[in-house]
Amino acid sequence: MSETVADRPAGRGWTAWVRRRAVQALPPEKLLPDEQPAYVTSWIYVFGVLTLSALVVVLISGGVLALKGPAWWHSSPRGHFVNSTHLWSTELLFAFMVIHLWGKFFMAAWRGGRAMTWITGVVAFVASIGTAFTGYLSQQNFDSQWIASEGKDGLNSVGIGAFFNVTDFGQMLLWHVTLLPLALGILVVIHILQVRHRGVVPPIPLPDERHRPAAAEPEPRREEVQP
Amino acid sequence: MGRALLEGGSPAPINLNHTGHYVHWGVVQISVANLVVIGVMIIIFMAALLLPFPKGRRRP
Repeated sequence: MSETVADRPAGRGWTAWVRRRAVQALPPEKLLPDEQPAYVTSWIYVFGVLTLSALVVVLISGGVLALKGPAWWHSSPRGHFVNSTHLWSTELLFAFMVIHLWGKFFMAAWRGGRAMTWITGVVAFVASIGTAFTGYLSQQNFDSQWIASEGKDGLNSVGIGAFFNVTDFGQMLLWHVTLLPLALGILVVIHILQVRHRGVVPPIPLPDERHRPAAAEPEPRREEVQP
Repeated sequence: MGRALLEGGSPAPINLNHTGHYVHWGVVQISVANLVVIGVMIIIFMAALLLPFPKGRRRP
């Protein structure tokens, strides 16, 4: 029988250290769980994955637009449709993300050592606003010109206009298709890994349950994830 | 078909070829379209809290 990683003695070197820490923080049953606590059976918990689904559609439609080019998305019926799909999925992304944010805010989702989950979500929200903003600046129409001319004064007033010039179409397009999606993608992956590591935040306990010793709290009932 | 769309022959259910309608409330100014979107999001949020979720399979 072949030797597995688990059978080997603890290795030395930075690769072994990273492997031990990674498996310790995210064992396979945590990384890809097949069941969740019973309190997750609420529609409000669906909006995180809806946000992710919309992001996937945004990335796919944006990838197609990048491959086919402006002459295609401006002049052909299929190009118009994919261009519109990119816009509609972005609008849905923001709607789902804001409802997800409302839900997590009112359930104080930073409890139980989940501060980094909350913070990465907030920073990803800010990064997605920047990504969408540069996308609106890349439309190549009067709307993008209007947004650029309205936005430049605000950005100049905070001193970043020299580095982030909203009237420079080439710069905004490259921010939109490379730097910001990369940053957003990394933040989303970290956010999801944080959720996997810490688990989904439980509901806020009722007033009489708050003073109960932690050891006396029963383990939450779990239900399998519906396929 | 593509040419017709480009030339403004869009069969859109709502005529969008005019300036937007805005609501003014002191220093706050918001378009009716954005206000409707925010209202729909609040309705979806409340529905997500109140509507029952299909029961999952219990662990034996």
